[in-house]
Amino acid sequence: MSPAWANALRVARLAALDPHGCGGVLVRAGAGPVRDLWLDHLASDLGSRPTRRLPVGIADDRLLGGLDLAATLAAGRPIAQSGLLAEADGGIVVVPMAERLSSGTAARLAATLDAGAVRAERDGMAARAPARLGLILLDEGEGDDARVPETLADRLAFRLDLTGIAWGDTSGAAPDEVRPHLGDPDGVDTAIADLCRAAAHLGIASLRAPLMAMRVARLLAGGADVTNADVRAAACLVLAPRATRLPPDAEEPQAAPAERPDASPPDGSPDPDATLEAGADSLVEATRAAIPPDLLARLTQAAHAPPAPKAGRVGAAMQAPRTGRPAGTRPGSLRVGRLALLPTLRAAAPWQRLRAAPTDAPSDALLPIQVRSADFRITRFRQRSETTTIFAVDASGSSALERLAEAKGAVELLLAEAYVRRDKVALVAFRGTGAEVVLAPTRALARARRGLGALPGGGGTPLAAGLDAAAELAHSVRRSGGTPVVVVLTDGRANVARSGVPGRAAANADALNAAALLRAADIRTILIDTAARPQDTARHLADAMGARYLPLPYADATAMSHAIRSAR
Amino acid sequence: MIVNGSTHARAGEKVPATSAIVKPLQAETGRRPRTTPPESTPPEARPDAAAPTFPFSAIVGQDEMRRALLIAAVDPSVGGVLVFGDRGTGKSTAIRGLAALLPPMAAVAGCPYACDPGRPAELCHRCREQAVLRAEAVPVPVVDLPLGATEDRVVGALDLERALTRGEKAFEPGLLARANRGFLYIDEVNLLEDHLVDLLLDVAASGVNTVEREGLSIRHPARFVLVGSGNPEEGELRPQLLDRFGLAVEVTTPTDLAVRIDVVRRRDAYERDPAAFCAHYAKTDRAIRKTLTAARARLPGLHVPDATLEAAARLCLALGTDGLRGELTLMRTARALAAYEGADTVSLDHLARIAPSALRHRLRRNPLDESGSTARVTRAVAEILSR
Repeated sequence: MSPAWANALRVARLAALDPHGCGGVLVRAGAGPVRDLWLDHLASDLGSRPTRRLPVGIADDRLLGGLDLAATLAAGRPIAQSGLLAEADGGIVVVPMAERLSSGTAARLAATLDAGAVRAERDGMAARAPARLGLILLDEGEGDDARVPETLADRLAFRLDLTGIAWGDTSGAAPDEVRPHLGDPDGVDTAIADLCRAAAHLGIASLRAPLMAMRVARLLAGGADVTNADVRAAACLVLAPRATRLPPDAEEPQAAPAERPDASPPDGSPDPDATLEAGADSLVEATRAAIPPDLLARLTQAAHAPPAPKAGRVGAAMQAPRTGRPAGTRPGSLRVGRLALLPTLRAAAPWQRLRAAPTDAPSDALLPIQVRSADFRITRFRQRSETTTIFAVDASGSSALERLAEAKGAVELLLAEAYVRRDKVALVAFRGTGAEVVLAPTRALARARRGLGALPGGGGTPLAAGLDAAAELAHSVRRSGGTPVVVVLTDGRANVARSGVPGRAAANADALNAAALLRAADIRTILIDTAARPQDTARHLADAMGARYLPLPYADATAMSHAIRSAR
Repeated sequence: MIVNGSTHARAGEKVPATSAIVKPLQAETGRRPRTTPPESTPPEARPDAAAPTFPFSAIVGQDEMRRALLIAAVDPSVGGVLVFGDRGTGKSTAIRGLAALLPPMAAVAGCPYACDPGRPAELCHRCREQAVLRAEAVPVPVVDLPLGATEDRVVGALDLERALTRGEKAFEPGLLARANRGFLYIDEVNLLEDHLVDLLLDVAASGVNTVEREGLSIRHPARFVLVGSGNPEEGELRPQLLDRFGLAVEVTTPTDLAVRIDVVRRRDAYERDPAAFCAHYAKTDRAIRKTLTAARARLPGLHVPDATLEAAARLCLALGTDGLRGELTLMRTARALAAYEGADTVSLDHLARIAPSALRHRLRRNPLDESGSTARVTRAVAEILSR
C-alpha cells in the first residue's frame, strides 16, 4: 500500500468521524476503480449513517425540500417533502462532477454547511430541518476545465488527489503509522498560532484553513489533549494541499536538515524550549513534504483558468427558457414550466372512465374531469440567443473622413442581412471628446439608415470612450439574453483620454485599459484597421482586447461585411 | 403526443408518487418561526443556530463593517448595508451578532407585521381596525432570505392549508412581513434570482409590500434594513440594486499575523464552549447596546450644520454621483455616526470617515478597477474637506 493511499484512507476515516465538523473532502480524481474503492472505504467508515448522491442539475424542490404536489392533492392538505440535504443529516452527500456545479447550487450547499441545517421557504411553507452533513466533492475537471467553486472548497477541511494512485498501490498492508510522540501537549493557543503562521508561509489567505486544521488536530487527538504530533499531522492533511506557494526556503540552509522531521526519522525529542516561531517553522517543514508535487504547474494553469460561470446572466447559461417561441409540450411539473391546458386535458381524457370507478373517493366522482399529476403537460419554449453586432466607429477627423462612408455602407449591408436572420445591429460613434450611441440595438432598417446618414465626422479620437460605450452596450445586450459582438472600426491612433483631455500618451493608455475591460468581460470583438497604411498601434489594441485583427487598407463596404460575416 | 407518457402508467392506475421518499416535515404555516426542532446530534459537534450566536463585540478587526452595521442600527433610514469581500471574513457572523445585540422593541401583540403601537400612521390594516392595541416587547427581527426561496414565501401568498382543507381564502404573510421594522439579511445577494431582486427593490423603495395574487389584494408595511453580503467573484450586483444600499463596505482577510491568530483563537474558543465564550463578552455587548440606545435617543435632536451639508454636496459633485441619493445618505450616515459617538454636532470629520462607505458604490464603475473607487473617494475627501 502506497503512502498516498494510506493517507487517503486516513482522510476517509477522519471525514467519517465527524462529517459536519470537517466539512468534507474535495477529491480530485477521474471516475475509476480507485475512486470507487475510496468511496467504499468511506461508506464502511460511515457505517449506518446516510450517504446521498447529488444528481447533477438538481432542482431546488429535491435539494431543499418543498411541497409534495401529488401527496398534497391526494391528501387535501399541504404535505411537505424533505429534500436530499435533510435526508443526509448526520452523514455525507457525494457530489459527482463538482466542477460543473452551478454557483447557485454551490451557495446553497455552503449555506447548509454553515448552518448545519437546511431552510426552505418554498411553495407556501417554511421548513427547517437539521442537516449536519459533510460533502464529498468529486472533481473530475482536467486541465483548464472548470474548477470546483472556491466558496465551497474553502469550507471543506480535506483535499485529496487520487489521480496518481494506481490500482496496485491500494493493496497490501498499511505502512506502520508513525505516531511520534513529539513533546508534551502544547498549549492550544500555541498550536493555533503555529497553524496560522504556517498557513501564512504557504500563502493560504482564508482563515478557515487554520481553523479547520485545529479541528482536525482535535479529531486526531481523539478527546485527549492536542499534542504537537496531532497539530503537525493536521497541518499536513489540511494546510499542505491548499498551499498556493512553496514555503520560503529556510533562511539557514545548514539548519534545515535538523529541522526537517520528514526527511530524517523523527527522533522524538524536539527542542522543548522551542519558541513560537520555531514551532511554525517546523510545521512548514512538515507540510513541505505533503505539498502536491505539481503545485507550480497548477498555479500557472490557474492563472489562465477561464472565468467562473456567472450567475445572474440569463443569456448564455439558460437551459430551459420560460419565454420565447413555444416549441411543443412535454410532461413535467408545473414548478418548472407553464401549464399547457389543452394537451393536459388531452392526456387526461383517455383515463376518465377508469378514474371514475367506484374505488375512488366519493368526492372525486363529483369532478367532471379528473386530472392526475402525471397528466400535466408544460409548454416547451425555444429561445434563440440572438446576435447583436455593435459597431464602434471612429468618426474622428484623422482617419474616418474617407472611411466613414464605407463603415456606413457595411452597417447597412449587415442590417439588410440581419433583417433576414433576425439579428440586431447597434452603432456607437466616437469623435471629438466623447462617444455616443447613434443607434440603439435595432432591426429597423429605415431608422438605422436615418441614424447613419446623420452621423457627422471630424474632431479628435477618444478611443477609450468609444470602447467603453461599446462595452456598456454589449453588457446590456447580454443582460437581456443576447450575444453581443463588437466590431471596432478605427486606425488605433487615440489622442483624447477618457477625461476628454487631449494627449496621445494618456489617450493610448486609456484605450488599452478599455480594451482590457472588453477582454475581461469576455465579449467577442473584431478590430478593423481603417488606416490607409496599417500600423502596430491598432494591432496592439486588438491584442489587448483579444480581438480578431483585420487590416483593411482598401476597405470597401462589401469586403468589410464579408470579413465580419466570416469572423463570427 | 397525446398518449405520450401514459402507456407505462396503464398497469396501475393510482396516483403516482413523484418522489421515492415522501417524508412529511413539520410545515410551519402562518406562524412566527418556532425554535429549531430538538437536535439529536452529538454534543461535541459544531454549534449550530440553536447555540448562542458569536458575540458582536468579539469580532476582531473589520472596523468599517462593524461601524456600517451599527449606523444602520442607529438610523434604519440610511437604507441598508452591503458587505462585499473575501471568503471567511465573518460577514455572516457580524450580522447575526448584531441581531442578538439589538435592544427589544415594542410591538402590537399578535400582529404578524410587528406594528409599532406608538406610530398610528404606520399601522397595518389589521391593527387599524382594533380599538385597543396591546403592546409587547419583542426582539428586533432579523430575517434570513435563503437562496432558493420562492416568490410566494417572500411576499406572502394564499394560505395553502386553509385553502385546501377549509376552502378559505386567507393571506399568509411572507418573509417581508416578518422583516418589518427589522433587518432582512441576504447572504450571497449576487446569486439572488432576478425576479426576487426586482421585487425587493420595489418594496425596499416604498416600504410597502403590495400583494396582488391568487385573488388576494393586500398592502402591508414592510420597512426593513436590507443587509446583503456576497463575494464579487461570484457575480456582480445589478447597478439598480447596488444603488439601493446606503452603505457599501469591503472586507478583506486580515493580513496581519497577530490579528489572524486572534481571529482563529476566538473562533476556536467559541466552538468549544459557546456559552462560556458569550458570557465572557456579554459585558462588552451590553455596553454597545447601551451606546446604541443612547444614540437613537440623541439622533432626532442632532443638528447638521450648513458647512457639513455643503461639504457633502461638493463631495458628491466632485465624484459625479448620480442623483441626490448620495448626498442624502452621506448626511444621514454622518449624523448617525455622530450620534453613536455622542458628539454634539455633525462635523466634517464624521463626514470624511463615512464618505468611502457611503459613496464608493455610487461611482461610475470600472470592473477592472474595483479598489480604485475607494481610492477615488478618499482622494476627493482629502481635496475637498481640507480646504
